[in-house]
Amino acid sequence: MPYTPYFVLSAILFAIGLTGLFIRRNLLLMLLAIELLLNSANLSFIAASARWGELTGQVFAFFGMTIAAAEVTVGLALAILLFRNVDSVDTKHIEMLKG
Amino acid sequence: MIPLAWLILWTPFFSAVGIFFFLLHRPQAAGWIATAAMAFSFFFSLLLLFRAGIPREAVESSVQWVALPALKIEFGILLNGLTLLMLLIVTGVGSLIFLYSQGYMHRDPGYSRYFASLSLFAFSMLGIVLANNLVELFAFWELVGLSSYLLIGHWFEKPEAADAGKKAFLTTRVGDVGFLLGILLLFGWLQAGGEGTFNFLVIQDLVKGIHQAGNGGAVSLLTAAGILIFLGVAGKSAQFPLHVWLPDAMEGPTPVSALIHAATMVAAGVFLLARLFFLFSASPFVLGLIATIGVLTAFFAATLALVQTDIKRILAYSTISQLGFMVAGLGLGNPQAGMFHLATHAFFKALLFLGAGSVIHTLHTQDIRQMSGLLKKMPVTGGTFFVGTLALVGIFPLSGFWSKEEILATAQQTSPIAFLLLLATAFLTAVYMGRLFAIVFLGEAPKKAVHDPGWEMNSPLVILALFSILAGFLPLKEFVPIEHEGSGPFWVTLLGLAVGTVGFVLSLYLYLLNPALVDSLSENLKGPRRILERKYYVDDFYNALIRHVQDGFAHLCDLFERVVVVEWGVNGTARLVRFTGHLLRQLQTGRIQFYALIVSLGVTLLTYGWVLWNR
Repeated sequence: MPYTPYFVLSAILFAIGLTGLFIRRNLLLMLLAIELLLNSANLSFIAASARWGELTGQVFAFFGMTIAAAEVTVGLALAILLFRNVDSVDTKHIEMLKG
Repeated sequence: MIPLAWLILWTPFFSAVGIFFFLLHRPQAAGWIATAAMAFSFFFSLLLLFRAGIPREAVESSVQWVALPALKIEFGILLNGLTLLMLLIVTGVGSLIFLYSQGYMHRDPGYSRYFASLSLFAFSMLGIVLANNLVELFAFWELVGLSSYLLIGHWFEKPEAADAGKKAFLTTRVGDVGFLLGILLLFGWLQAGGEGTFNFLVIQDLVKGIHQAGNGGAVSLLTAAGILIFLGVAGKSAQFPLHVWLPDAMEGPTPVSALIHAATMVAAGVFLLARLFFLFSASPFVLGLIATIGVLTAFFAATLALVQTDIKRILAYSTISQLGFMVAGLGLGNPQAGMFHLATHAFFKALLFLGAGSVIHTLHTQDIRQMSGLLKKMPVTGGTFFVGTLALVGIFPLSGFWSKEEILATAQQTSPIAFLLLLATAFLTAVYMGRLFAIVFLGEAPKKAVHDPGWEMNSPLVILALFSILAGFLPLKEFVPIEHEGSGPFWVTLLGLAVGTVGFVLSLYLYLLNPALVDSLSENLKGPRRILERKYYVDDFYNALIRHVQDGFAHLCDLFERVVVVEWGVNGTARLVRFTGHLLRQLQTGRIQFYALIVSLGVTLLTYGWVLWNR
């Protein structure tokens, strides 16, 4: 069974996620992109687990999902707080730390 | 004997401490306690004299002060004839001056402080006299300098007095650096020889042994140490070129001038010369140097006294000149004559200063041009001052005659130049004292009501006058062992007497009967007069030295501090940090995307690096 396509798909997903993270200014979309990044990693883990017959990868994938859930919770909470404060979820409005 | 000597030392100390801590606001009690302490010390000294007579052998007693493996310093007392003589002078003259001070300093706001400092001085001076080793002596030597500073600057709200105190302290410090180096050199050398000690008697034995062995290297080392120690003497005893502080020290209260800057402290240098005479006499060069400095100082200070117009400064230059006499006597190899002159000088110079003090106390001026004919109005002061003047001039049979004659005789036997210069000095002494006496006490009496001060100021004058007359007949010479055999021919005595008499009479004639001649003389001799009034430019020379050398160096240091330390070091660091911060601030864009990019790039680079590394 060929595993390469899984890895290629994972890489493509990762690239899309990274690009989304860089170019999007909307905090919600950036969170979405991060989800994409995490899930591409999960895909890699599972593929690798199947390829080498090791369960560790699958365990890592579960951890990844859990972390993704937590991350979304915190991230969305931050986004809501931000919206309450500056009436926007656009990152160009949060440049207060500019040196 | 030993407990008595310890008592003599500590009595003034307890008086000083007691006044400082308990009696600062009770001047009356402070004055009497200080005087009583001094009188007790004098009484103990007398008791010592009557119990033991004039000691032939030195008696020692000491406790360990510093005990390190390679360095043992004692704190002790050394009692011999020299010590006893100085004890009697310091406590005797001291008691009288303490008594006198009670009248002179009456109602002074710093009355208690004055007596505390004076007691501290007495303690320190007695410490110098009693010390049995060099380190102890040096410690007391510095304490004496401190109390001198405190007392010169007693009226510190007057800028001249504060400056004079500083000048005295710093000038003597120059000499004391030499003194300390001399002590260390001597100790280091003895240490190398296997016996590191500061004790006078031990050093004396060692030096004697070396002298007999005729060791050339040792003699040159003793010469170096002798010169260095003599520097300390020159500072304390106001010998050229470190004499500049003494005339300025006259800014202090007059009893202080009498006790410290005439009778005792300035004599400490001469005392040290006598104490360490074995050291100096081991090297003919050092003795020659001491004699030269002494004779020169005696002569040139006497010339300076001729043109002064401040009554105390005349006496101050006279003191320098007489100290030169003593130093010359020791340098010429006759410590007995030097110490004899020290003793008689202590009496008559203290008398003269106290007399001057009474005049100043009454007239509130120190300028002799504003004084005249005081003898009629102040018979006690004038009469005793006359006795002191005659004693200083050296008229038979007053005390000054005997001691001065001894030094002149010594000079006549050893060095013709020294003899001539000292003879000239004796003449000048007579002239300036004649001038002083004629202007202040003779001539037209003042119109306003002027009278002698109270008994506590008069009685010391009378007692000191008695001693000035009689001291020549006291066996003062017995206290110091003879180092110099034989006495001078009779014509030396006659010549000394003649020179003094002629000078005194001449000066009385000039200033009383023929003042026009004086004026025309000073008109015609403007050049020399100017040199004398500028004090041979010694002060100007020191000022120039300080301005050009010290201030130049200070300027250089200031420049270094401002440019290198502040500009480059402190401000430079700050500027570097600010510049770096400015550069790094560009990275803080505040945009999340940018940070994310940087993080991704960083992780990518690290991963690539890791992969490449493990290949």
